[in-house]
Amino acid sequence: MEITLIFLALLMAFVVGWLIKQSINTRPWAEEGVIGYDHAGGPLSWPAKKVGLAAFLAVVTSLFMLFFSAYNLRREYPDWAALNDPDILWLSTLLLLLASVFYQKASNAAKRSEESGIRVGLVMAGVFTFCFLAGQVWAWQIIHEQGAFLASNPANAFFYILTGLHALHILGGLWVWGRSTIKVWSGEEAYKVRLSVELCSVYWHFLLVLWLIMFYLLLST
Amino acid sequence: MAIAIVIILLVIGSVIFHLMSPWYFTEIASNWGIIDDTVSITFWVTGIVFIIANLFMAYAIIKYRHRKGHKAKYEPENKKLETWLTVVTTIGVVAMLAPGLLAWGKFVDVPEDAHIVEVVGQQWQWSFRYPGEDGQLGTVDARNISIDNPFGMNPDDPLGQDDIVIDTNEFRLPIDQPVKLLVRSKDVLHNFTVPQFRVKMDLVPGMVPYLWLTPTRTGTFDILCEELCGIAHHAMRGKVIVEEEKDFNAWLAAQPTYSQLRAQNYKGDAVAGQALYQTCSACHGVNGEGNQATNSPKLTGQEDWYLKRQLHYFKTGVRGTAENDVFGKQMAPMVAVLPNEKAISDVIAYITSLPDNPAPHTVDGDIDSGEGIYLTCEKCHGKNGEGNWSLRAPRVAGMSDWYMVTQLKNFRHGARGAHPDDSTGYQMTSMVLSLTEKKVNDVVAYMNTFE
Amino acid sequence: MAHVALADKGQELSHPHSWITQYVWSQDHKVIGIQYMVVATLVGLLALVMSGMMRLQLGFPGTFTLIEPNEYYQFVTMHGMIMVVFMLTAFFLGGFGNILIPLMCGARDMVFPYMNMLSFWVYLLSVIILVASLFVPGGATGAGWTLYPPQAITPGTPGADWGILLMLISLAVFIVAFTMGGLNYLTTALQARTRGMTLMRLPLSVWGIVMATILGLLAFPALFVAAIMMTLDNVLGTSFFMPAVNILGEQLEHDGGSPILFQHLFWFFGHPEVYIVALPMFGIASDLISTHARKNIFGYRMMVWAIVAIGGLSFVVWAHHMYVSGMNPYFGFLFATTTLIIAVPTALKVYNWVLTLWEGDIHLNVPMLFAIGFIFTFIHGGITGLFLGNVAVDVPLSDTYFVIGHFHMVMGVSPFLVVFGGLYHWYPKLTGRMMNVTLGKIHFWLTFLGTYAIYLPMHYIGILGVPRRYYANGVTDFMPESVATINSSITIAALIVGGAQFIFIYNLIASLFKEKDAGGNPWNATTLEWQTPDTPPKHGNWDDELPVVYRWAYAYSVPGADKDFIPQNEPPSDKTGKE
Repeated sequence: MEITLIFLALLMAFVVGWLIKQSINTRPWAEEGVIGYDHAGGPLSWPAKKVGLAAFLAVVTSLFMLFFSAYNLRREYPDWAALNDPDILWLSTLLLLLASVFYQKASNAAKRSEESGIRVGLVMAGVFTFCFLAGQVWAWQIIHEQGAFLASNPANAFFYILTGLHALHILGGLWVWGRSTIKVWSGEEAYKVRLSVELCSVYWHFLLVLWLIMFYLLLST
Repeated sequence: MAIAIVIILLVIGSVIFHLMSPWYFTEIASNWGIIDDTVSITFWVTGIVFIIANLFMAYAIIKYRHRKGHKAKYEPENKKLETWLTVVTTIGVVAMLAPGLLAWGKFVDVPEDAHIVEVVGQQWQWSFRYPGEDGQLGTVDARNISIDNPFGMNPDDPLGQDDIVIDTNEFRLPIDQPVKLLVRSKDVLHNFTVPQFRVKMDLVPGMVPYLWLTPTRTGTFDILCEELCGIAHHAMRGKVIVEEEKDFNAWLAAQPTYSQLRAQNYKGDAVAGQALYQTCSACHGVNGEGNQATNSPKLTGQEDWYLKRQLHYFKTGVRGTAENDVFGKQMAPMVAVLPNEKAISDVIAYITSLPDNPAPHTVDGDIDSGEGIYLTCEKCHGKNGEGNWSLRAPRVAGMSDWYMVTQLKNFRHGARGAHPDDSTGYQMTSMVLSLTEKKVNDVVAYMNTFE
Repeated sequence: MAHVALADKGQELSHPHSWITQYVWSQDHKVIGIQYMVVATLVGLLALVMSGMMRLQLGFPGTFTLIEPNEYYQFVTMHGMIMVVFMLTAFFLGGFGNILIPLMCGARDMVFPYMNMLSFWVYLLSVIILVASLFVPGGATGAGWTLYPPQAITPGTPGADWGILLMLISLAVFIVAFTMGGLNYLTTALQARTRGMTLMRLPLSVWGIVMATILGLLAFPALFVAAIMMTLDNVLGTSFFMPAVNILGEQLEHDGGSPILFQHLFWFFGHPEVYIVALPMFGIASDLISTHARKNIFGYRMMVWAIVAIGGLSFVVWAHHMYVSGMNPYFGFLFATTTLIIAVPTALKVYNWVLTLWEGDIHLNVPMLFAIGFIFTFIHGGITGLFLGNVAVDVPLSDTYFVIGHFHMVMGVSPFLVVFGGLYHWYPKLTGRMMNVTLGKIHFWLTFLGTYAIYLPMHYIGILGVPRRYYANGVTDFMPESVATINSSITIAALIVGGAQFIFIYNLIASLFKEKDAGGNPWNATTLEWQTPDTPPKHGNWDDELPVVYRWAYAYSVPGADKDFIPQNEPPSDKTGKE
């Protein structure tokens, strides 16, 4: 459970640090009167969706950290037979990296309100993401052909379950991606998709980092 | 006002309840007095907090209850008071934690001269294993478990040959000798608890946790399972007998080792059994088909280990001695025709060789209601009433239905299963508490639907 | 600025016109909160009836022949799971959280109203799946609410065919619902607070609910992970948790898995879950006590820090549920220490409640009775927790009735007293009517005294060694006859307490029609929810202008003020506030 605890410790440190910065230590009964929005302790200036996404990412991180913890605990047992990780995973990593890069480009274009930049960025990000998913399916195929079935060893089971769950999160992201892509191609103005593109790019980077950690974990065992 | 007075009364009442309670720790029978001491310390510390905090609250309510013209004081905080309270609380916590950790330090540190006994749990029985002369237990594996090898012993392991396996729910320990109990489960989680020993530990399949203790008092104590382990969790009982070392050694020497048990696997001779069966056939019928007129159940189709156990019970007075077990009392003297172990095996061999035809249906009941009730029964007796050797549960499908009605009533009313040595009977009595006469008919009617 | 538009989104709210959009597919946080409360109450009543059946069996074995062992273990499981997750978690966060957060923060609604509505409907789905598991072949699971494998998914346990699967699915669905709701509560509290509402001006109810939400968002994934892995073990034959076992004489295919791993995951969720229920309870109790004692909550800053500290520490104490689980016994030292450390901030909260009463002007209204009752039961439940948290003391007591007594006092009676107190307190705001006081007092006395009569003796028979989760105690060498007698009396008390809840339900409904108008602020409270222009507040809560907050939430009996309370949004008289 160390991984999860480290994650939670960092998170708690962040929360406590933030609370201190938000002057949790003031003496609220002593100050009367209106306090402006920019006053410490006031509401966040981020858009609500961004706050929501940040919280959601914390939830997903917790979910995967717990899986990683379970993975580490389970692999201590003698019946663990390490998996022969297929090389295709390296290609997948590259594809997801490219998707993430293009999403960032789309996000940058959205900040500058360049509709054409958004369109290209989104399409490229989508294409690479779908390629990544295809690569994952292929990887499943390969290890399945190796005879590494779900029930035959916990290492295999973890491989399927971790990559599968990650892919599910990507599919969820693709749903939002689809909505913004349709919007920009049907001629919506940039500011209407700016937030969703920006948040999606964050989500893609997050999934990339998650994949890198997971990939490292899979390779190292 | 009323609430303040009630709180004061509750505090006084709780203290009186604590002092007068007839329920407190059982008389200790192990070296773990330090645990009792820690509990007492905790009672003192928390008791004082309980009394002071609640009485103070009640006093505050009385003193500062709403009266006309009275106004509350405005006091956002009082740093000094809060710091002071933190310090006092911390001291109280340390006062409880320190002795607790000391006691636990003793628990994790097993004495080197502790002898080893293995406690084996399965749904819903206990069994035990001693390491034998070499002082070491042989290896086991859940995959080796079978009707002839209920412990899952590795038959090729030389260390296991002299292991003493006790396949009943009762084992013994010598007094004043530290013992390390290795607790092993064959199936699900269980927990080995003897209230008088104070310490307990879960049995976890796939690993072997341990606990240790030194028995300090002779006597017979109940073993309970305290980790939910399925539908008969409450019926999983055992006994541990603590006795003087020489008695213990004599008992242990009389127990067969694993290799001896394997050697004496006599299967019975049906031809010899046929002659012995003449006496039985008068009531149970020449083909063992049973006879309701003489209150004799059908025997064919029943599992041999079950018949054997019941014959033993009749012979040793475990069954057929209860005052209200009318027909059991008739059976008890009859087993005198089976003088020894061999005779019992022979007659059973003959009975199991007889043709098996389903008994006629004589019981009426609501089958749908019976199906719901049978959900409890099926865990041991099988979805189709086929019985289960591992659970020592006899077959019920195709057996005499009127007999099962009588027996279920007997179990409920203590005519069967009440004898202290009848461990499987005890389980039945714990399962049938709610079986009214109507429910008995319903469930037996449902059993009649099995092929 | 972006947040201004979000906090003040009056024009974005779709005002409902038909009955259906107003009460069924409503996106109004108050309606959703009430929907949560109604469903949680209904399913809670089911769990209450189950506990009554279990008590009849335990108190009078063989006399009331209502349930077989099969049903008993199913009821044990369903009662526990429903009360902890589907009732209390849903009621505090989905119910009170939904209603109170936007009102107390001065927002028009949750920031994601549509997701909020979805959260309720997904929650309802999870409840339906759970209840449906009672009717599938084999019935609901009887694995105990802890659902420990291998037992939970092997045939010696009731409901091993379908019941356990539906239970796991229901939990997974609940977690999805909770996450949707939780993201809303957190974001709303962070982001949609009105002008002047700094963190340190928030009422403790919001602090408690939001911290509980954070715990839930981070801890429920552990249950989710465990549920997924157990489902795979069950359905597809993997071996995450399943070692090689011989179940009922048959060898299963599994090999090498670790049942302890499940316990770690489960309690990594399970212990924070205790605080998911406890922190809102702390927060709401603080507000009830302060309001009805007409005194500011004592040590507000300490209370906030205690909530944060308890929330953080709750993640490092989980293995105190596993002292005798067979895990490495050296963990016992660590977890006993962390567990007893958590007692310090918890004790401080209790002191501060009592010190709030000190030199107050205590109005013994019905909500206050419940709050005082809560302090008593919580002290009792808290100190018995010190027994179970301390590893060596826990060993003889674990899995006995001591544990049952402890957690029912601390996690059953205490939160329910606060739920009731909260309902008597906020009912006037939600309906515009007061609740009947006489019925309220009868309800309080029966519940408060009745539950103590149930749970106090349980601690002592637990010390004696009576095990929990037993269909019948059977014959033992150590239980005197008196155990059966006290069991009967516990059952009678339990039936009285159970019956008293129907008085409460009647009061809830009848007061709607019979009682007098409450007015906007019957308790003379300071917090924003009492300052809404309408009672009950309309969709959107406020008129064109959002309230502006000028002071903290506990300006009771301020020296020099003409009233004994100053609402948070009342402008300062001396105009010192800087605009």
